[in-house]
Amino acid sequence: MEIVRREPAGGDLADFRARGLRARDALKGNLEGPELERYVEERVLTTTLEKALNWARGNALFPATFGLACCAIEMMSIVAARVDVARFGFEAFRASPRQADLLILSGRVSIKMAPVVRRIYDQMLEPKWAIAMGACSSSMGVFNNYAIVPADKFMPVDVHVPGCPPRPEALMHGILKLRQMIQQEPDLGWRKRYGAEGTEEIVTDAGRLAASAINVAQAGSSPGA
Amino acid sequence: MPDATGLELLAQDLREAHPDAVADTVFFRDKGTLVVGPARIGDVLQFLKGRGFTFLASVHGVDYYPEEPRLGVHYELLDMREVDRLTVKLRVPTGDPVVPSVTPEWPTADHQEREVYDMFGVVFDGHPDLRRILMPEDYEGFPQRRDFPIGGEPILFTEHAAQGTDYTLGTNVADPEKLATTGEQ
Amino acid sequence: MATTEEPRTAAVDVSSIDHAVSPSDVYGTHDELLTLNMGPHHPATHGVLRLLTVLEGEVVRDVKPIIGYVHTGIEKTCEDKSYWKVVPVIERMDYLAYYFNAMAYCGAVERLLDLEVPKRAQYLRVIHLELCRIMSHMVWMGTGALDLGAISIFWYCFRERETILDLFEMSSGQRMHTRYIQVGGVMEDIPTGFVEKCRAFCRTMPGRMDDVAAILTKNEIVLARLRDVCPLDAQTLLDYGVTGPLLRAAGNPWDLRKAEPYSSYDDFDFKIPIGAQGDNYDRFAVRLAEVYESVKIIEQALDGLPEGPYITEDRKVRLPPRHELATSMEALIHHFKLVTEGFRVPPGEVYFPIEGPRGEYGCFVRSDGSSKPARVHMRDPSFVNLQAFPPMVKDAYIADLIATLAMLDPVLGGIDR
Repeated sequence: MEIVRREPAGGDLADFRARGLRARDALKGNLEGPELERYVEERVLTTTLEKALNWARGNALFPATFGLACCAIEMMSIVAARVDVARFGFEAFRASPRQADLLILSGRVSIKMAPVVRRIYDQMLEPKWAIAMGACSSSMGVFNNYAIVPADKFMPVDVHVPGCPPRPEALMHGILKLRQMIQQEPDLGWRKRYGAEGTEEIVTDAGRLAASAINVAQAGSSPGA
Repeated sequence: MPDATGLELLAQDLREAHPDAVADTVFFRDKGTLVVGPARIGDVLQFLKGRGFTFLASVHGVDYYPEEPRLGVHYELLDMREVDRLTVKLRVPTGDPVVPSVTPEWPTADHQEREVYDMFGVVFDGHPDLRRILMPEDYEGFPQRRDFPIGGEPILFTEHAAQGTDYTLGTNVADPEKLATTGEQ
Repeated sequence: MATTEEPRTAAVDVSSIDHAVSPSDVYGTHDELLTLNMGPHHPATHGVLRLLTVLEGEVVRDVKPIIGYVHTGIEKTCEDKSYWKVVPVIERMDYLAYYFNAMAYCGAVERLLDLEVPKRAQYLRVIHLELCRIMSHMVWMGTGALDLGAISIFWYCFRERETILDLFEMSSGQRMHTRYIQVGGVMEDIPTGFVEKCRAFCRTMPGRMDDVAAILTKNEIVLARLRDVCPLDAQTLLDYGVTGPLLRAAGNPWDLRKAEPYSSYDDFDFKIPIGAQGDNYDRFAVRLAEVYESVKIIEQALDGLPEGPYITEDRKVRLPPRHELATSMEALIHHFKLVTEGFRVPPGEVYFPIEGPRGEYGCFVRSDGSSKPARVHMRDPSFVNLQAFPPMVKDAYIADLIATLAMLDPVLGGIDR
């Protein structure tokens, strides 16, 4: 067996010795004054209670099992192994709304189901968030008819995830955006990031349509349709 | 499928058994259809059951607007032994949309007749529990009739946002006339 | 709370649960029935199904399913769109068997048009349909095992599902609701690499299913929960209009792929697994065996995949290939007409049945000569199979009701449409 002497990395021997003495004093409870302050600074993270709470809330979301239609299958996919939501700690889907704090509305909300959804949302305890997953719950989606209602009409939604159905990665992105929002670092979008505010171009009806233009996609305005 | 002559023979036998049952026969794309009078549907299906068509695959409704009589009910029959399919069709007007229910002899028609009632308004006489199945119980109107509007929300564009649209209500706060609709009529 | 009755001790030795003993023999009949609502939001109902159960103790005396909570008016929406634009909408009915919805509809429209589908397109359709069937059974098995408590099966099955969805993404660009099957054929030819990847899947899939079978088929708990639980004989099932694996589990080998072959299914050699008793275990075993048969069909289809067009040549029905739009005036006109108005279909009514993972999908299309269908109706098997649910679970325990619902494989999108 060979004993190897190595130089301590990052600093000379005297500094190492001084740190060792300070550590021994700390363990004995002998540190005082500025030395004590520096010791504490090196080891303890200071923050406000609010921020700490939000950090904890964001990392401990319990989604409610609210699969309605096709998007529910992709929501089940995020629990599966490829897009593993357990990486982030959100794998505990709670069946009871009293125990859940995130409602992922996955699927089309019919007019018969809307009061039920609202009731489940009301049964959840504060703080609670809602993600409208898929096109059908965010807007009417593929179906624009008498039978369904967009979620914004009867409950507040925090994040809309577009797609029909959104890929599991897209839903994951939506959940992570929600987490950012909860931790009070909301992503304000690409216009802010690239300094592109004020570049939106609003086109009014006056400039867009000529009087004689025919909308061929509208029912009844083209022959034989 | 019974071919065209088989269909005619079947219709003939049916006319002998129940004289006023068969109104018409149609043979289209290798499949036969019997058009029957609404009041005799139970007898017709029993007769066909005796002929081997023991499986009722589907009961569904059709709105033939603007032809009269407007509402149709189709019964898809299947003979599993001979692998034959046959459609039995009946038409009722909206003024008197009453059809005897076949649920007592064909339990599979239970939910399916309720759906036809819900969507088209055809009342099945003798059905054990005729109420709405897909729409809410207190819904008014029969959605799948051709003159029922398709409904839906108007599509909102960015310019409407600039004009101050409340997208939860779908109205333009400043000027309700200026809102574009989907044109779904 | 009954205080005057003597304390109830188990009259049966609970170490061996014997389903041959009727619960009412053990506990006697009570006077009090409890109506319990298993509401639309429930972890064990597969989707938004509401069950009004009438319970006597733990025994189910009656159950009334209430549906309509995901009714989307798809059939009415279809009447407003041109024939080929209906395909994406109608796929979303039974959201686990989307290729089957599209196939039933396209088959009906092709019959109305009297259109012949080229052989290559038929084989491609069969490959994708069987892949979709396997995928549907994977989701069923994953969620069904989840209901029984065998949670690891969920991850195994969803791993296989991810492989299948990769194949779908390769051929059409989308994981779900791919609108790959179009009127006249398929949307696009399969890319290079698809055949190899599909073959690799077919090589590994039986082994993976053997792994899952090793966990489940001889498992004591699975046998106790599924064997002899809620059987229903074939004649009652036929009276209720039940088709598919439920009917095959009861012993009736009715399968439309063999009885009324469509899309070249008669070119392939495969068996129809049937059960003997019609209880929950047979329903489970039949679907598991069907996966092996589907793999065989896919392998045969890949081996025999003919060359040729992947969609009908009739330019009045299919969109012309993109590159022709730059050179051919007729192609441009056809493209314009198809996109704006769509093709017209001669008047008539057709009912086209196919065999899906849950039973007979029959699409009824009525055309009145215009470019939009006048009526589209899908005879969905889950809608009809649900009627057989109350007789299945009568006088069974409520835990057996959950297991039976899992084995029934209802998909609420198809039930409510």
